[in-house]
Amino acid sequence: MVTHKAPNNSRIMAVAWFLAKRQILRSNKYTTALIIFIMMLTFLNLVVISGILIGLIEGGNIANKEQYTGDLIITTIAGDPYIKSTYAISNTLHAMSDVENVSVRYFEGGQVEANYKTRRDFSDLPDTVGTQITGINLGNEEALSHLSKYVVEGDFLDANESGYILIGANLLHRYSSTFGDAFASLEGVYPGDEVKVTVNGRTKTFIVKGIVDTKVNEVSLRAFMTTEDFLRLVDRPGLNANEIAVDLKPGSFTTPDILKSNLEKAGFAGDGKIQTATEAIPEFLNQIRLAFGLLGNVIGLIGIVVASITIFIVIFINAVTRRKYIGIMKGIGISSKAIEISYVFQSIFYALLGGGFGMILVYGLLVPAFNAHPLDFPFSDGILVAPLSGTLFKFALLLIVTLAAGYVPARMIVKKNTLDSILGR
Amino acid sequence: MISIKNLVKTYKTKHTETLVLRGVDLEVKEGEFLGIMGKSGAGKSTLMYQIGLLDHPTSGEIILNGKQTEQLTQNDRTLMRLSELGYVFQDYALIPELTAKENTMIPLLMQGLSREEAGDISTRMLAKVGLANRENNLPSQLSGGEQQRVSIARAIAHNPKILFADEPTANLDSVSGKAIIELFETLHADGQTIVMVTHEEEYAKYCDRVVYLEDGKITREFKPK
Repeated sequence: MVTHKAPNNSRIMAVAWFLAKRQILRSNKYTTALIIFIMMLTFLNLVVISGILIGLIEGGNIANKEQYTGDLIITTIAGDPYIKSTYAISNTLHAMSDVENVSVRYFEGGQVEANYKTRRDFSDLPDTVGTQITGINLGNEEALSHLSKYVVEGDFLDANESGYILIGANLLHRYSSTFGDAFASLEGVYPGDEVKVTVNGRTKTFIVKGIVDTKVNEVSLRAFMTTEDFLRLVDRPGLNANEIAVDLKPGSFTTPDILKSNLEKAGFAGDGKIQTATEAIPEFLNQIRLAFGLLGNVIGLIGIVVASITIFIVIFINAVTRRKYIGIMKGIGISSKAIEISYVFQSIFYALLGGGFGMILVYGLLVPAFNAHPLDFPFSDGILVAPLSGTLFKFALLLIVTLAAGYVPARMIVKKNTLDSILGR
Repeated sequence: MISIKNLVKTYKTKHTETLVLRGVDLEVKEGEFLGIMGKSGAGKSTLMYQIGLLDHPTSGEIILNGKQTEQLTQNDRTLMRLSELGYVFQDYALIPELTAKENTMIPLLMQGLSREEAGDISTRMLAKVGLANRENNLPSQLSGGEQQRVSIARAIAHNPKILFADEPTANLDSVSGKAIIELFETLHADGQTIVMVTHEEEYAKYCDRVVYLEDGKITREFKPK
């Protein structure tokens, strides 16, 4: 039966939905598609720009973890020459069921000299470069950082051979010239060439086995040899190391933080500096990440403002051109709220579809594409960082802003005098 | 049913003030078919908009169905228009995105009827105005006469106590116009109170009573029947 009570919210919503649905379905399809496209671009602007900026740093962080630190890294405490109790720490780590790989690294500052056989003018300085000469257990290092994957010239070291060295690409001029004069570098060193390695006044010749190139400077700026060769070259008392990198089993219950805590509880806190991969990220990279994140958010906010203005204009023009019909609806007793909400529903529709298509594009195409083909930057392989929670938050933000941008112009038109609207005055 | 006392309406702009209604007194009985006539600019439509609660009079008193309307809030006026009054406009005033049936359904949905109930009533009303087979057509797919029939179906669907019609035949050819006025006559025969503004003498003869407005005042009235 017909009731003469003031319409309740559910009745208002039902009429608003009735009107909105038909306005959307029977409006110009191209206009609707264009609005949805604009909303999608706005959403992408919100997610992708900041995602790429953060991804430049995140790509570096991931590479740092995968190729250098592992899930946790133990280094020397400032002032100490080595990690104390290396043997005990290594044994403890190997005994932990969730630990998958442990790589113990030894290094000393030294010099690599090249081209000494072809040097003609001895008044010129020798072709040398200062670096960290690093001794590694090939099997353990390969398991942890897959170092052989990054050999770009020649071959990886062989545990059965002696007298061979891997040179980091950034120590060579042909690889590091893009950095300008930031690093001293060697000219024309190729696999098979002989180099002199000097550590603490002791010099030995090595044959270059390969060139290793990654975007992690701790790898590309070092020279690697087997632990045995290192210990033969360097006069180091005991077997205390300089770095211990640890990988946890994938999906294990133990997190890097728990592992760190366990090592500290085991009494190793005073023997070396224990850091998770996240903690080991250099502070300046964290600062850049924050700055890039902020920059991305500012760009995203500008996008949001542009989107809200766009929606405002679209709804305003829609409402202005339909002012007469809005007046008629008010005239025949349709509540102002129902009319306003019908426009809000339309705005939500545009935002949902635009954002929805944006989500599909981000997770269905862009994230996989960036993972497969990262952006090639000098310091990292840039990926697209779009965590679902952050993306959903931005989706909700777009929805709220759009909702307001749809409501305000509708309210402005609906508020106008009913008769003036009907008569177009 | 309708009682108007000393109704005055003035339109003000920055520099001018136009007195459109100059103290109109009028009584309309339940079931009466009242015609309002007059020359262009006499204030016919303005009078109807005041009675139909589409506008606020400058002064005076309007009592509709025993209710004083001056003190009604905007929401009360909207609710009264929805539940007790029906409107037929000169230019049909249909919502272009809605089909004939949907146009007829909106006031019913706003009154709280379910989609099915509103749909059933709309179908019956459209059949009553002779558009049984056009209910799924959009206004753009209907002729002027058909659009005005939809407008009438919408105006009577919720069984209003008073039906207001502002020159409902003005945009129609003589055949369509006659059909519309005969439809009003049928509704009136069923007991519907109708207030119709018209400037066409031939349609005024269908009214029980006609008031003639001149320069914002009722100067004469007559009973054509």
